[in-house]
Amino acid sequence: MDALLRVTGLRKAYGPVEVLKGIDLSVRPGEKIALIGPSGSGKSTCLRCLNFLEKPSAGQIFLDEEEIGVRNGRPMSDRELAPQRSEMGMVFQLFNLWPHLTVTENVAIAARKVRGLPAKEARELALEMLAKVHMTHRADASPAELSGGQQQRVAIARALSQKPKLMLFDEPTSALDPELVHEVLKVIEELAAEGRTMLIVTHEIAFARDVADRVLFLDGGVIVEEGPARNVISHPREPRTQSFLKQIRH
Amino acid sequence: MNSFFQPFFEYANEWAPQLGEAMVNTALLSVSGFALSLVFGLLLLLAQGSDYALISRFAKLYITVVRGVPLLAVLFLIYFGLPGIGITFDAFPAAVLGLSLCFAAQVGEVLRAGLKAVPNGQREAALSVGFTPSQSFAYIVLPQVLRIVLSPMLVTFVSLLKDSSLASLITVDELVLTGRAMATEYFLPLQIYIAVGLCYFVIAWPFSLLSRRLAR
Amino acid sequence: MPGIETLHFVLEGLLAGVGVTMLVTVCALLIGTAFGFALSLVREFTRSRLIHFSVDAYLEFFRNIPALTHLFILYFGLASIGLRLSALTAAVLGLGLIGAASTCDIFRAGFRALPRGQTEAALAAGFTPWQTIQFILMPQAMRVALPGLGNFAVQLVKDTSVVSAIAAPEIMFYARSMVTSSFQTTLIYTTAAVLYLLLSLPLMQGVRLLERHYGRTKG
Repeated sequence: MDALLRVTGLRKAYGPVEVLKGIDLSVRPGEKIALIGPSGSGKSTCLRCLNFLEKPSAGQIFLDEEEIGVRNGRPMSDRELAPQRSEMGMVFQLFNLWPHLTVTENVAIAARKVRGLPAKEARELALEMLAKVHMTHRADASPAELSGGQQQRVAIARALSQKPKLMLFDEPTSALDPELVHEVLKVIEELAAEGRTMLIVTHEIAFARDVADRVLFLDGGVIVEEGPARNVISHPREPRTQSFLKQIRH
Repeated sequence: MNSFFQPFFEYANEWAPQLGEAMVNTALLSVSGFALSLVFGLLLLLAQGSDYALISRFAKLYITVVRGVPLLAVLFLIYFGLPGIGITFDAFPAAVLGLSLCFAAQVGEVLRAGLKAVPNGQREAALSVGFTPSQSFAYIVLPQVLRIVLSPMLVTFVSLLKDSSLASLITVDELVLTGRAMATEYFLPLQIYIAVGLCYFVIAWPFSLLSRRLAR
Repeated sequence: MPGIETLHFVLEGLLAGVGVTMLVTVCALLIGTAFGFALSLVREFTRSRLIHFSVDAYLEFFRNIPALTHLFILYFGLASIGLRLSALTAAVLGLGLIGAASTCDIFRAGFRALPRGQTEAALAAGFTPWQTIQFILMPQAMRVALPGLGNFAVQLVKDTSVVSAIAAPEIMFYARSMVTSSFQTTLIYTTAAVLYLLLSLPLMQGVRLLERHYGRTKG
């Protein structure tokens, strides 16, 4: 089957420090991929390069055969990137909800201003998305009144409202208190069951094993090991993967 | 003690209209000065972030100079000094110009702090849902900046209002100058300057209260 | 263009005021800091409503009325009821009292920046409340307040120019009196501005160093 997302030779350097040293990756429609690895391994940077929040130093990214961030051989500006970014829904570690807007407005504003939906339709869409993350009951709250888990669920609804081809989760539960992790993972699991394509950077190994189709283990800016989730996590081949998994379990 | 308060009652109907008119002038001067400060402050903010080293360095130098030179010196330079090289201003425009040149630095600093207070993740989230940079600024960053800067802006306005009293020294007909004229007329400087102080207080206090409420 | 001699003449005239400018700055700084600190202690560490109200009223009174008006009240106003202050006394007293309102805010912010746990730990260690303030809270609050106090000093140098309006013989006063006897108005006022800048620059540099130093430890 054709790949929905294709990444070739992705590199990213900050000055002399190379964080990504050549990532190749291909994601089929409907596939769920977990990126795991120690902190500083480059997994978040990799995800952030996909929608050009970080500008890659080299390499190419194709979504549905359209190259991201480059037009006629030239790098695109943030302004030109906007339509491409709206095809990928991003969920941040720190939620990044907009505090001056209500929950519903957070979810509706992109539909209104980016896609030009009328206010009423945007609101209906937002409520529909909030229902998916079980947050309809706080539709008129302000983000500051919500728990971390609730905020993250709203952030997921915000990303869903773009009707993205691909969802990007950047450590969605790392900033949460332990008792709030579950409600967010459950929502992501439900989305996975709908057959959405998603890339998840996570430290939740059990979740990666149960939900992802494929796991990539990154270390030092390269993919050290990849394969079906159960294989990589239960029977890692590479010593680096083995020691990482051992550390994270204890 | 009675003799201290007595003039307030005796001359109330003479003083009130004079001071009232002067209050209007002070308010007019302060509001004009503040409006122009906003313009200059915004320009200064843009200049600081400019890609041209010459412009950003000028902005830095400007801020240093303004921080170190008293408003009074600037007012005197504009009103009494510049005519020496053939540039003349009327008193009121000179005062507005001097106030805004000096307060631009403070306004620019408040705006800069406000921008810095909005975390970068806010803009990133906006870009990630498909906003263009200008949309991100208009819908996501700017509303938050405005809310943050409102309280310090009110404090700045109160400072400017108080400093507008220096315009009396370059003959702008505002509260203090009116007070001086009245003081010589009635020989009651204590009562009159206290009345002048109260006039400032009446204008400034609500802004101070509001700024503190917003800061919470 | 004015020659070097004119410049020399202007400079000499204005330098006569530098001493008084510095004197007024230093005296007002001392009064303002000491009194403001006392006010902040009283406001933060007593529970009396009357005291809170009095301090707040003091702060509002000086925050919302211009320095020039305060100086006129002290100098012209009090003289009219027989309490005659010299221009210099009125200047120092006025700027000191106004300054106390600013420094009080600075110190209070310093005290409030300290986590509640500091007091609790000190009390748990057997300190009396006053010892807690003296040995634990004050030294820390001072550190937090230091850059703010530096900025206050920079502001104060500039504010001394206002006392020329009550004829205290500082830089601006000499500038104004020279203008009446000479037509070099542009040169005189530019030189005066530069003099103030030269007085402020070392202070501003000091503040920058303080901010850099404490910025690192305070995050």
